[in-house]
Amino acid sequence: MNYETVIGLEVHAELNTKTKIYCSCANEFGAEPNTKCCPICSGMPGVLPSLNEKVVESCVKAGLAMNCEITEYSKQDRKNYFYPDLPKAYQISQFDLPLCHDGYVDIYVNGETKRIGITRIHIEEDAGKLIHGLDGKESFADYNRCGVPLIEIVTEPDFRSPEEAHVFLETLRNILLFIGVSDCKMQEGSLRCDVNVSVRPEGQKKLGTRSEMKNVGTFKGAVKAMEFERDRQIAILEQGGTIQQETRRWDDAKGESVLLRSKEDAHDYRYFPEPDIMPIHIQAETVEEIRKTIPELPNEKFKRYMDEYGLSEYDASLIAFHIYFAEFFEKCIQEGGNPKAISNWCLGDISKILKQKEQEADAIPFAPKALVELTKLVEADKISNTSAKKVLDRMFETDKSPETLVEEMGLLQISDNSFLEGIVDEVMAENPDTPAQYKNGKTNVLGFLVGQVMKKSKGKANPQMVNPMIKERLEK
Amino acid sequence: MITKETVQYVADLARLSFDETSIEKFTKDMEQIIGFADKLGELDTEGVNPTAHSVPVYNVFREDEVKESFPRNEILKNAPEKDSEYFVVPKVVE
Repeated sequence: MNYETVIGLEVHAELNTKTKIYCSCANEFGAEPNTKCCPICSGMPGVLPSLNEKVVESCVKAGLAMNCEITEYSKQDRKNYFYPDLPKAYQISQFDLPLCHDGYVDIYVNGETKRIGITRIHIEEDAGKLIHGLDGKESFADYNRCGVPLIEIVTEPDFRSPEEAHVFLETLRNILLFIGVSDCKMQEGSLRCDVNVSVRPEGQKKLGTRSEMKNVGTFKGAVKAMEFERDRQIAILEQGGTIQQETRRWDDAKGESVLLRSKEDAHDYRYFPEPDIMPIHIQAETVEEIRKTIPELPNEKFKRYMDEYGLSEYDASLIAFHIYFAEFFEKCIQEGGNPKAISNWCLGDISKILKQKEQEADAIPFAPKALVELTKLVEADKISNTSAKKVLDRMFETDKSPETLVEEMGLLQISDNSFLEGIVDEVMAENPDTPAQYKNGKTNVLGFLVGQVMKKSKGKANPQMVNPMIKERLEK
Repeated sequence: MITKETVQYVADLARLSFDETSIEKFTKDMEQIIGFADKLGELDTEGVNPTAHSVPVYNVFREDEVKESFPRNEILKNAPEKDSEYFVVPKVVE
């Protein structure tokens, strides 16, 4: 039987505000343990949290970028549970009145645009970090991350494959980076997701029973987790079993999910309105002011790159949905670069080099202007395309300008007419039979002769000039 | 109607443990408390918006400006168990 996979995501993104959500401690990754703490974020009794205005602003901004409705009257709620990474024994979150709701994000997958519903986006605080001791008896708690502001983005179960979910995560990451509310550093855990997966026989309307997977820290891990869970559920159904609603934990190292708790042990969080934080009232003018701060988003860039610059749909999507390429590309255009040529370099050789280095386009070491110079050298026939690739390789290693490199590497293409004529004559003299062969239909001697000229000139002759010169002599 | 099971469940959620006599007493107490609160249900709240706070104050915000955190030894001072850098807690792995 064929099965359809249904996936929904809950993504937590740490906001890049200067301070934590309820106190003025620095929101900073990598500090010495427990040095960015105060009585509020370490959960001392009797303290009063106060909400960081910037957190509300950033969440609304994210909501607007994802086409959400903004809740006019919103509030925070207390979510109760015991776990040592949460010293208050409750997390301040939002329950029934999230700041943003009912939005959508368009993703571009397999050549088609698909709309993914955003159920809600709310604000909450992050928990601390636990390090488990080797003796198995103790854990060590670092509360620096306690109270770091998070937005939780919940999607509708609109994904039909792990790939769609993966593209969404990439798109979402780029939206958050574009609007500048989160650094989205996966390796620092500033973007994490929980994955809800269910399967159903193809054609069935009713959704299958879902399982939730926690602790997915990387996009690659997320895709692997979704594939694993899909296959696990299908195997159970194939054997005539039933899927249990449960929470599972993804173990990326082992590449498998393990049961965390079943529906019966589901947490009872006993949400209630947070008495320490006053409700939030967001006026229409505030929403409009925040809307003005949103820059051009990936989807808009995608369309503009096609309309304005004539890029193909595929090329436009690869640049527009990757913030660092989009920024680099647009700066090149501002410097007078030809969009087509710049796009080809970005998606061709530059991408290849970055991939080898496992880096993103923000790691390009040279200025956009330098790439424009390089493309101009090719356009002006000063260097061949092959030579330009060699120059580009060097540009990743040195901060010398393309022109200097071309000179140093002796790659300047020879377009001097009389000099080229000289070499062409030499080559013709060495191959006296070629005109006759050419006239007898062996037209491939043309290529051979051009090759000889290139060889003699050590690859520096301009082939576009050499070609007609030889043709003329052959046809004489 | 509050049962002994309900009291036991609430106690478990709060990580509290009681003997049989206390549970029976708390069952009666809780029944009374809930009954008292239920009186509110007799009020006619037709057309009244739900409210989470009794005073109409909104948007009590703080500016996003960093202030010095506490010295680590001060933060760790009251912890029942600690080392020089961390709070030490019994190992819990979910």
